[in-house]
Amino acid sequence: MSLTSHLNSPIGKKLVTGVTGLGLTFFVLMHMIGNLSMFSGDDAYNLYAHFLMSLGPLLYAVELGLVVFFLAHAINGVKIWMGKRKARPQGYKVYKSAGKPSMQSSSSRSMIITGIILLVFLVFHLISFKFGPGGPGNGDPAYLTTIDGVEMRDLAKLVREKFATGWYTWGYTAIMLLLVVHLRHGVWSALQSLGAMRPSLSPAIYTIGGLIGLGIGLGFIVMPLALYFGMI
Amino acid sequence: MANSMNITLKVWRQAGPDAQGGFETYVVPDANEHMSFLELLDVLNEQLIKEGKDPVEFDHDCREGICGSCGVVIDGMAHGPQQRTACCQLHMRHYKDGDTIVIEPWRAEGFPIIKDLVVDRSAFDRIIAAGGYISANTGAAQDANALPIAKYNADLAMDYATCIGCGACVAACPNASASLFTAAKIAQLSLLPQGDPERKTRVRNMVDQMDKEGFGDCSNHAECEAVCPKGISISSIAIMRREYVKALAD
Repeated sequence: MSLTSHLNSPIGKKLVTGVTGLGLTFFVLMHMIGNLSMFSGDDAYNLYAHFLMSLGPLLYAVELGLVVFFLAHAINGVKIWMGKRKARPQGYKVYKSAGKPSMQSSSSRSMIITGIILLVFLVFHLISFKFGPGGPGNGDPAYLTTIDGVEMRDLAKLVREKFATGWYTWGYTAIMLLLVVHLRHGVWSALQSLGAMRPSLSPAIYTIGGLIGLGIGLGFIVMPLALYFGMI
Repeated sequence: MANSMNITLKVWRQAGPDAQGGFETYVVPDANEHMSFLELLDVLNEQLIKEGKDPVEFDHDCREGICGSCGVVIDGMAHGPQQRTACCQLHMRHYKDGDTIVIEPWRAEGFPIIKDLVVDRSAFDRIIAAGGYISANTGAAQDANALPIAKYNADLAMDYATCIGCGACVAACPNASASLFTAAKIAQLSLLPQGDPERKTRVRNMVDQMDKEGFGDCSNHAECEAVCPKGISISSIAIMRREYVKALAD
């Protein structure tokens, strides 16, 4: 069998979804930690963004990797969801979870919905920030700043503008809560998919997965809310 | 004499594989708490026969919870509300007078309905036939301790070997995946020296067959473990995935 058919097998799909899921979790964790530099001031935030941009080819390589990971993750997620509809064309009149040790939850059953919303948000988010004023292909002198004699993009200014608006701030907050819901099942599920499970550790790993999700979500939410309420 | 219970049943009736099915409502006025769930269906069928109607078809054999023949979805849960129990071992003492119970067949593309509550589970036979066995000629039974197997592995293999192939895992899975059934056999044989020579072809062929039968993919909901009458752990699915990755290595 070829590599493609292995990747498309019931196990291959889970391995790809799991590996890319963990990779993306690591990415959002790093992104969240980077965002917190706003608490050290606008200059710190701009310097961090400038440092990332100055990585050049390395940054492009990471960005390309992220695109591949996001696409592979999303395509497999949709495939699994479509397979499920084919595998049970007629649903039950009554359906209930039998309870523990089932890990079934509103979170595990809504992965396709939270996933699609997050993907749409991602596109919107890239347009707003990465390709927003002062970004690539959108040079705007109003969004430039000079720190220690180095001219760089004033991303902090854009962030402040965006999170001064109520609907933007609360919309962002709501989406980040959906990310928590997605990761609550996702982190645990990825580890199980990669075969790294011992039954006695399952509850602990599930809890840790949920806490990682919660930590990432809350980390993303605090900065916009602090800006909105004028605390930083 | 136990108190008699009046039980209303909403049962899926379907005349044949391609017939349009639907729910019929029946009242069993003299059920009692000592009956098993299948005995309740027996009583219903006697009623129906006396009325000149077609009895409800359902699978059953040993009625001791060990053969894996029976299995229906009761109020939305495969084998009903009591965990680690096949529906033949579910008793009416868990219900009370006046209760309404909804009974449906296993619903999955891989388990086509034959009639009423009976589904065709031969897909499971084909998955086993794809590699769920050992083909070594073992000869006469050898001395029990001639082939040392670590206690931990022996115990775990026995846990996975308890699968009775009832299909509740598929029925309860939101994706109608047969991963727990397939993985239980792969995990069992992966832990024993007898299963070692064919481990790579086994996992590849069984996973392949599971896919061909039209079952869905696993989403790690773990609902299968909760409804399994033998309580087989989804750790078997993790073992199956590890085995699969190892099988790719060459």
